[in-house]
Amino acid sequence: MSATPASRGPASGAATRPVLPADAEACVHDAAALFSAPGSAAPPPSGALARAWRRIRRERSAVIGLCIVGAFALLALLAPLIATHDPTEQNLEHALMPPGAEHWLGTDSFGQDMYSRLLYGARLALGIGFASVGLGLAGGMVIGLVAGLVGGWVEWALMRLVDAILAFPEIILAIAFVAVLGLGIDKVIYALAISFVGPFARIVRSDVLQVKSRPFVEAAGLMGVPQTALIVRHLLPNVMPSLLVQAGIRISTAILLESGLSFFGIGVVPPTPDWGLMIAEGRAFITMAPWISGVPGIALAVLLVGLTLLGDGLRDAFSPRSEGR
Amino acid sequence: MFRSAAGKGLQTLLVLLIVSIASFWFLKLAPGDPVTLLLGSEYSPQAHARLTRELGLDQPVWTQYGLWLSRFVQGDWGKSFITRDDIFTQAVFQALPVTLALAALSLALALLVGVPAGVLAALRKGRWPDYFVSSLSVLGSAFPSFYLGIVLIWVFGVALGWFPTMGFVRPWEDLVGGLHHLALPAITLACYYTGLIAITTRASLIEVMNQPFIKAVRARGEPMSRVVGVHAMRNVLMPLVTVIGLQLGGLLRGAVMTEVVFAVPGLGSMITTAVLNREYGVVQAGIMLTALFFVLVNLLVDQLYTLLDPRLRRR
Repeated sequence: MSATPASRGPASGAATRPVLPADAEACVHDAAALFSAPGSAAPPPSGALARAWRRIRRERSAVIGLCIVGAFALLALLAPLIATHDPTEQNLEHALMPPGAEHWLGTDSFGQDMYSRLLYGARLALGIGFASVGLGLAGGMVIGLVAGLVGGWVEWALMRLVDAILAFPEIILAIAFVAVLGLGIDKVIYALAISFVGPFARIVRSDVLQVKSRPFVEAAGLMGVPQTALIVRHLLPNVMPSLLVQAGIRISTAILLESGLSFFGIGVVPPTPDWGLMIAEGRAFITMAPWISGVPGIALAVLLVGLTLLGDGLRDAFSPRSEGR
Repeated sequence: MFRSAAGKGLQTLLVLLIVSIASFWFLKLAPGDPVTLLLGSEYSPQAHARLTRELGLDQPVWTQYGLWLSRFVQGDWGKSFITRDDIFTQAVFQALPVTLALAALSLALALLVGVPAGVLAALRKGRWPDYFVSSLSVLGSAFPSFYLGIVLIWVFGVALGWFPTMGFVRPWEDLVGGLHHLALPAITLACYYTGLIAITTRASLIEVMNQPFIKAVRARGEPMSRVVGVHAMRNVLMPLVTVIGLQLGGLLRGAVMTEVVFAVPGLGSMITTAVLNREYGVVQAGIMLTALFFVLVNLLVDQLYTLLDPRLRRR
C-alpha cells in the first residue's frame, strides 16, 4: 500500500483514498491514512483488530498512554539486557552515590544501583498488575458466566457473594488477604486478584443477561447449538471488549495498590527491586539523597498517568456513544 | 419509593450479614492461635483451657459466630494484646473520627478547587486554561498519594518549614493546631478527588451548555453568571455525586496511604500497624468498620440521587 500522509481533518481527502483490500493486516498498516474520516467513501476495513486499532488511533489520550506504557513495557522486557548492575547486588562502598557515570541514577543506602532496580521494578510492577487483573478477570468471568447462564438460586447466591466482596473497599480487602496469606509476590497477586473478582463478575453477568436476550443468541439456542459453543462463539466475543477496557483501567489500580502495600511493609519483601519498597527505603534519606525515593516515585507516577490515559482513552474509544463517529 | 427503599434496606442488611460472616471467618483464617497470643509467652495448660472456654472457642463454629456477633453488636470487640486497650474505644472513638475528619476536609478542599477549575475549563474549552486544568486533573487523580505525601513533607515540611512533620493534634481538641497538622495530609488526599471532580464538572458542563434550554435562558438576556451558576450547574450536581460515590473506594485507598505516610492516627494507620504487629482482632475491627461505613455511605449516595433529581422521585 502507498503511504498516504495522515490527515486529521474531518473527511479530508476521503474521495482520493484508494479502495482497501479486506485484509486486516494491510489495514492495520494503512490505519494512519484512514483513522479520521466520518462518511469516508472508502469501505471500512473488516477484521475486529483493524477496527479496534482505528478507534484507538482517534483518541489522543489513548495514544499518549499507549506510548508511555509501551516504553515501560519495553524497559521491563529488556531489563536483563540494558541493566548495568545486578539489581540486588549490595556494595556498601558505593552507598548513597548521586547519579553519575558509573551509577546512572545513583545508588541507595545499600549501594544497590537505582537504574537497574528501576528496570527490574518495572518488570515487577507490570507483572503483578497484569497477573492480578488477569486472575481476577478469569475468576470474575467464571462467576459472572455461571450466574448469568444458570440463573435461579445459583445466580442469587453468587451475586450476594459478589455484593459481599464489593462491600469492602479494595485496599481493605487486599490488606486483609495479605494478613491471612502472608507476604511475598505471589501472595500479593492473589490478594489483589480477589478484590477484582467482584467488579468483573458483576460486569460479565449483566453483559451475559443483555446478550442472552438478543435475538441471534435465542435463534442459535433454538437451532440446537450446544450451550458451551453458544458461550464461546456468541457470548464471549460480545462481552470481551467492555471487559478488556475495564481490565485495562484496573491495571493501574493494581499497580498502585501493590506498590502501596509494599510501601507499608505488607507486600513484597526486600531486597526485591519493588518501587513501593524503594520509595519507603528512600524516605529516611529524602534530604540527603532524594533520588532514592524520587526515581521509583516519578517512574510510578508516570506509569500510572500513562495507564490512566490509556484506560480512559480505550473507554472512550469503545463506548457505545462513539460507535457512529 | 418506600417499597424500593425498604427493599434496598433489606438488601443492605443481607450484605452486612455476609460481611460479618466474612469478617468472622477472617479471624478464623488468620495465622496463630488467638488464645496463645492473648496469654503471652508463658502460660499453663490450665490457663489455656480456661481462656479457650471463656472465649467460647471450644464451641461449634456457628455458635462461636453467634457469640462473636452478639458481642460485636454490643460493642465488646475484645482487647488489644499489645496495649491492652479496648479495641472498640480505639477504633470507633479514636481512629474513626480522625479518618472522617481527614476525608471530610479533603473532600471540601477538592470541591472548593475542583468545581471552579472544571467550570473554567468548560467555559474556555479548547484554550489554554482547559488544557492546563485537564492535564493537571489527570496528573492529580493518577499520582500515587503516598509518594505525593513524601514530596509534600519534603518541600513544605522540611525545606520550607510551613507545616509540622511530626506528631498529631486532634482538631476537636485544638482547632488551629489540629488543622495545621491535617493540612498536608488533606491536600495530599484532596489531589485525587480534585482531579476527578474537575474532569467531571468540565465534561458535564460542556454537555449542559449545548442544550436548548441554556440557549433559551441566554436569549432571554440573563447574565452569564446566572446562566452557569443557577441553570447549568444544577445539572452538573448529579454526575458529581455519582463520581464522588463511585470513587469512594479510591478515597479510602488514598486515605489509608496518606495516613500511613503522615502517621495520622486514623483507621488506615490502625489497620496497617495491626497487620504488621499480627494483631488480627484489631485488623478485624478495622475491616468490619470500614465495610460498615462503605455500605452505609453507598446507601446514602443512592438516597441523595432521589433528593437531587426530582425525576427519580416520581417513579
